[in-house]
Amino acid sequence: MSDTQWPLWEVFVQGNPGIPHKHVGSVHATDAEMAIQNARDVYTRRNEGISIWVVPANTITASSPEDQGAFFEPSNDKAYRHPTFYKIPDGVKYI
Amino acid sequence: MDIQQAKFEYLLRLGDSSLIIGHRLSEWCGHGPILEEDIALINIALDFVGNANSLLTYAAQVEGKNRTADDLAYLRNERDYRNLLLTELPNGDYAYTLARQFLYDVYTFYLYEALKNSKDDTIAAIAVKSHKEITYHLRHTTEWIYRLGDGTAESHQRLQTAFNDIWMYVPDLFDMDAVDQLLINEGIAVDLDSIKNSWNKRVNEVILEATLLIPTTAIKQKGSREGKHSEHLGFLLAEMQCIARSYPGARW
Repeated sequence: MSDTQWPLWEVFVQGNPGIPHKHVGSVHATDAEMAIQNARDVYTRRNEGISIWVVPANTITASSPEDQGAFFEPSNDKAYRHPTFYKIPDGVKYI
Repeated sequence: MDIQQAKFEYLLRLGDSSLIIGHRLSEWCGHGPILEEDIALINIALDFVGNANSLLTYAAQVEGKNRTADDLAYLRNERDYRNLLLTELPNGDYAYTLARQFLYDVYTFYLYEALKNSKDDTIAAIAVKSHKEITYHLRHTTEWIYRLGDGTAESHQRLQTAFNDIWMYVPDLFDMDAVDQLLINEGIAVDLDSIKNSWNKRVNEVILEATLLIPTTAIKQKGSREGKHSEHLGFLLAEMQCIARSYPGARW
């Protein structure tokens, strides 16, 4: 059964300046301006953040579950890739 | 009439308009055309009711007869309300609701922008906060006017019909009387003539851009300043007030 709804957009909200936008959900909208407004109305009612990104869902490319083995397991046992041998100063965290 | 009495009247005009249109929009709750728009409308409704609460709380204080904002909202009769006629019109279809909302949003955009300069500090503070909300309301309704006007043949026709039908209530927006004059002289109220041009310009721009025609009508409905309302207000108040009147003094 085909989806007769308006195009789907994924919504990302940034809580504070400098930190990454977080995926919070999706909205249906006819175009970019309405997507931004719909996202603002649905996902920022409780002062969740200061910036919104909306992305048409069909422009997002996602890895598939079958890829997990080849994509992600090899990084499980490569300790030399982790910066564990020095301490990161506190103030650097959100630079 | 002294300044306090005039201020009370003026605050009722502002507060009642917000209350009544907030109530009309709340009638869409659960019935919006799509989920996102349902939420958008109730957000806007809540903005208006919050604004009404601030204004009517201040009005009760200015009146000085120990009434509360709730007393004003739920225990007055039609003739005591001062909301603009436009705000009490029934929701109709979505085009009708948006046409009404757009004309009111342009009006409050310029009105509250000017009210930020009121010599009454409370009114100015309320205006600063409300104007941010109104800026968003106007952006939202404007985009809908464009999409419905410059949309399908059906949406275009419904929106044109809506504007044609409600145009007769525009003169009531800019009506002024002795209350306005007294408060304008005190620097408290806004001279509505000064925002009329901005209102006309913005409304015309958007309507034409939406490929619609600017309506004309010889009928000029007025009277809200004296509490003379359309046949719709009574029914609205019956619904809005019935719980408060059935259970006097009830608490949640």
